[in-house]
Amino acid sequence: MKKEIICTVCPMGCHILVEGEGENIISVTGNTCKRGEVYASAEFCHPVRILTTTVKTDCEKTPLVAVRSEKPLPKEKIMDCMEVIRKVEVKTPVSMYDVVVENICGTGTNIVATGNV
Amino acid sequence: MYNFECDVAIVGGGPAGLSAAVAAKKEGAKKVLIIERDESIGGILQQCIHPGFGLSYFKEELTGPEYAGRFAKEAVELGVEFLLNSMVLEVNENENTVICVNSEHGMTEVKAKSIILAMGCRERTRANIMIPGARPAGVYTAGSAQRLVNRQNQMVGKKVVILGSGDIGMIMARRMTLEGAEVLAVIELMDYLAGLTRNKVQCLDDFGIPLYLSHTITKIDGYQRVKGVYFAQVDENKKPIKETEKYIECDTLLLSVGLLPENELTRKAGIEMNPITNGPKVNQYMQTSAESVFACGNVVHVNDLVDNVSTESMKAGKFAAQYAMGTLPMATKKVENVSGENVRYLCPHSLSVAEENEKVTLYFRVLHPELNATIRVKSGDEIIATKKRQRVNPGEMENITFDTSLVKDNNVVVEVVKEA
Repeated sequence: MKKEIICTVCPMGCHILVEGEGENIISVTGNTCKRGEVYASAEFCHPVRILTTTVKTDCEKTPLVAVRSEKPLPKEKIMDCMEVIRKVEVKTPVSMYDVVVENICGTGTNIVATGNV
Repeated sequence: MYNFECDVAIVGGGPAGLSAAVAAKKEGAKKVLIIERDESIGGILQQCIHPGFGLSYFKEELTGPEYAGRFAKEAVELGVEFLLNSMVLEVNENENTVICVNSEHGMTEVKAKSIILAMGCRERTRANIMIPGARPAGVYTAGSAQRLVNRQNQMVGKKVVILGSGDIGMIMARRMTLEGAEVLAVIELMDYLAGLTRNKVQCLDDFGIPLYLSHTITKIDGYQRVKGVYFAQVDENKKPIKETEKYIECDTLLLSVGLLPENELTRKAGIEMNPITNGPKVNQYMQTSAESVFACGNVVHVNDLVDNVSTESMKAGKFAAQYAMGTLPMATKKVENVSGENVRYLCPHSLSVAEENEKVTLYFRVLHPELNATIRVKSGDEIIATKKRQRVNPGEMENITFDTSLVKDNNVVVEVVKEA
């Protein structure tokens, strides 16, 4: 399988062509630096993203608190994680980096607050 | 009238104001006051819940609230004082006062030894770009929608079209999708992306949101609520091509069409402005034409990275504190910074050269992209600094540093030339 990946490591935005099957990479072309090769290989095998969103609070004045995944999550799990987070309501007070959802969708990553309410 | 006295008064409690306050305190200013119109400090970063901040300043990737939180915490620990929910009506440079109003104290006069302007910028609206059509509900600037969705728990719509491919627009495309809305199109007038490629990949491509370059909205349709928008391809003069016009049914239109520094107070105070940046002219101390008034952040020029805002604002804070304490270096001559080939503007706009040598950094934007470019600083016939760049781009701020002792003439010229 061949896949074109736009590199996001730096503003150059190289179009990198990765050829391989699953975990097995045959070739990486079009990158102009080593970092591009590392990024494109990872993006080909396991694309991950940091998820940031908000959760409801029980505070009338500040109805939301911003949250993030502590570590990047598998890209394909993002919408499933949103379904879980959507139903959560936290009790105030909440402090920066308090765990809001533990081990979200079995990914081993926590969702933590990024604000204080 | 309620009266308040301080050494340094700062208008605006966003990233610029907070960084300036921290630096002013560290420099030795005793009483530092931030006047903020919102109910909490942190400015626009409070609603920028996405990551991507702090990579150059903190060397780690933070979200907006985390980035603002670090400076807010430091400011509080250093004893910076705050007047929240307070709208500044006037900055008076002759009397060194700031007049503001809030519901607790009513009219308030703040007397300071130096004043820092850190009001930031605001979004261009529908009126600024004159989109024809009806005026139904459902047309928002991307940033106001971002505040409603991320801070106030108000969803703005279900079927969304976004005009403008700036970073805020693309980030809102992802945000609306995550919250269950359907984003039907991002429409961009230019033939290139306005924001970062990274945001196209992670905000549009990840969710299969189509991007239409060289297109614009020709008409908004709807009576009480937006029913849809007409859009068309544009020709080389940015005029819509009638035959290419199409209709998208939607209930919401978000505009991400640029930012304007918010300088009503600056103009009213009679401070000299730069017509290209729409911000006050400043020297390397971030000092305006009114010597007790300093300015920093997006109110001076629109930055692409908050990290740069912090670095610049810490200068404003440091030198405003020095001014308040009477220790700001005395200038022996004034040097104009002149934009040469492929330079749109320079910030600072002038240098107050003192006897002792100083390293100064000029920030600027190029007019057009270039590969293998050399940045040169010339004073008289001499080249006093050079820097090579593999790639320069109008969307990314460049900078160059040199010693004031090397400046011979009354001006320095910065130019970006292609290597031979």
